Amino acid sequence: MKITMAHGSGGRATSGLIENIFKKANSNPVLDAMEDSAVVDGDNKIAITTDSFVVTPLFYSGGDIGRLSVCGTVNDLLMRGAVPKYITSAYIIEEGADTEVLERIAVSMSKTAKEANVCLVCGDTKVIEGSGGIYINTTGVGFVKDGTDIKSSNCKAGDKIIVSGNMGDHHAAVLSHRMGIKNSIKSDNAPLNEMVLGMLENKIRIHALRDITRGGLGTVLNELSRSSDKCFLINEADIPVSDEVKSFSQILGLNIMHMGNEGKLVAVVDAEDADIALSVIRNSKYGEDAKIIGTVTEGNGVIMNTKIGGRRVVLELIGEGLPRIC
Amino acid sequence: MDIATVKEYLKSYDGPQCTIMEVCGTHTATISQNGIPDMLSDKIRLISGPGCPVCVTVAAYIDRLLELALTQNTTVVTFGDMIRVRGTKLSLSDASAMGASVKTVYSPFEIIELAKADTGRNFVFAAVGFETTAPVYALIIERLINDNIKNVKLLTAIKTMPEAIRTVFAKNGKITGFLAPGHVSIITGYELFLDLAKKLQVPFVVSGFSGEELLLSVYALTKLKGGQALNMYTSVVTTEGNERAKEKLLKYFKITDAPWRGMGIIKNSGMVLKEEYGEFDAGSQNLISDSMYNSACKCADVISGMLSPCECPLFGGVCTPENPQGACMVSAKGACFHHYVNKRL
Repeated sequence: MKITMAHGSGGRATSGLIENIFKKANSNPVLDAMEDSAVVDGDNKIAITTDSFVVTPLFYSGGDIGRLSVCGTVNDLLMRGAVPKYITSAYIIEEGADTEVLERIAVSMSKTAKEANVCLVCGDTKVIEGSGGIYINTTGVGFVKDGTDIKSSNCKAGDKIIVSGNMGDHHAAVLSHRMGIKNSIKSDNAPLNEMVLGMLENKIRIHALRDITRGGLGTVLNELSRSSDKCFLINEADIPVSDEVKSFSQILGLNIMHMGNEGKLVAVVDAEDADIALSVIRNSKYGEDAKIIGTVTEGNGVIMNTKIGGRRVVLELIGEGLPRIC
Repeated sequence: MDIATVKEYLKSYDGPQCTIMEVCGTHTATISQNGIPDMLSDKIRLISGPGCPVCVTVAAYIDRLLELALTQNTTVVTFGDMIRVRGTKLSLSDASAMGASVKTVYSPFEIIELAKADTGRNFVFAAVGFETTAPVYALIIERLINDNIKNVKLLTAIKTMPEAIRTVFAKNGKITGFLAPGHVSIITGYELFLDLAKKLQVPFVVSGFSGEELLLSVYALTKLKGGQALNMYTSVVTTEGNERAKEKLLKYFKITDAPWRGMGIIKNSGMVLKEEYGEFDAGSQNLISDSMYNSACKCADVISGMLSPCECPLFGGVCTPENPQGACMVSAKGACFHHYVNKRL
């Protein structure tokens, strides 16, 4: 069945859509009550974030817009040391979209929410003119324990810089799909609860966390450098990247430092805790390729020691990058 | 000699001043990305040459592309780099916002599929490039003829290297050696550069594209004497080159004088479609005018190695990758772009 403007009317067609697709895919007491807003339990410090997802294609190797819309928001909560708890979803659907496609997305969203241990508590659906596009906004709420203070400006000289796995997978997977290139590259689309909560449980002195999405590692490190007024000194040889993504990027002239991910983070931790932090991340789901890639020093900017022994400055992504990657 | 010894030698080199030009844009990129300038003694200076096809294209060519893109029922198909380069006033990207039809592709062959899918529309490929890319355009013409496709034309700005290198060498006066363009050598063969080395009495090394290969090639250039040349990219570059590609190229194209940004018209330095294939030409002749969008832009001096990008008064201030004034700041192979993005320490 195709989505028509009637599905966005707020009338019977809308409730049919909600009953047959969204309620089937997601069910819990708060959501099932179908009230105008969700009333939920809470803790003292609340983290809130919101994000909209416009990725094209809707399905790609290793993920889809449903999984992405949960992971993106959950990971943003985790990056402040918050335990993700609730999530909302708002769909903007262009007429002509296929209800089967919508159902697959809703089911994927539900599965990912379970994996990320968040409860989907409310949602909304709107239909607009167009040609079958689907866009999702999610808002997430999480709780921050007393004493947790993770933020970009906290990086200190001497801290170690850890990345949780291979760079560029999501970017390469989406681009391969768009260009019709067949390869085995999969998006890294994943919620990072286990590694972040694991570090918190192990009392790792985490100074800053950032998920590496659009703009890639180069952009994130420059933002951290500016916020904390420190220099980020990294070693090219230690930056993890799979052989396939490396070849893909070389052929297309892409810079690994500016390729996006959707399930990777940078952790800036106290040097004394770096080895334990690395082992916690490596032992977590999605963290097996984690590496310490460098050190925070006094100064500013991001400087890379290249593999062959040279040095250069790494800037943030300049220009367009790849549009509609998330 | 192992690579560690080469690195040590290059860092502590105290011989006569070396000024080495890397002709190829991809070499420029590799040198910056690997931080190679930081590994050389002050007495070895690397300068970028005219090896970025977008950078050496004159304004008149871009203006003609714009005119075509704004023509009813016509789509200009191009590599991404060309989109943001300004002609006299505007770029294809500007024209796109004004309703021009512009399509970016990764492979020129995509134009064949586009043309077959929409036979009522005319498609023009922005066929810029050197000896490396030109054989692909020859293959496209062949496909157009074989498949009887009537709605595709090329706007060509094909350049060839030897005469441009000769011109740059004569103009610059400081160059003590050339890193020969690696990809071009695959087609032309090493012998072309051996011949040039003898004629110009300056050493040439055909180099590969990894950081180590470039270090070894720079090392070789500090040792070679005028008139000597060395092929250090033997895995893909042969003495005579790719005969089949050369043959295809000469079947459809003929050698001509060509305009180079900032260097004027260089005799026998370009290729155009032969008269008998004129029906595939979208008006490539006589696109000579070279007026810069910003008259203070020093792209011309950068291309010929007279100035380092950071010596241009616009570099990093008025001219950045977000707001490029000249082609060298737009192209992913441009010297200014690389100096800016992979800032040399």
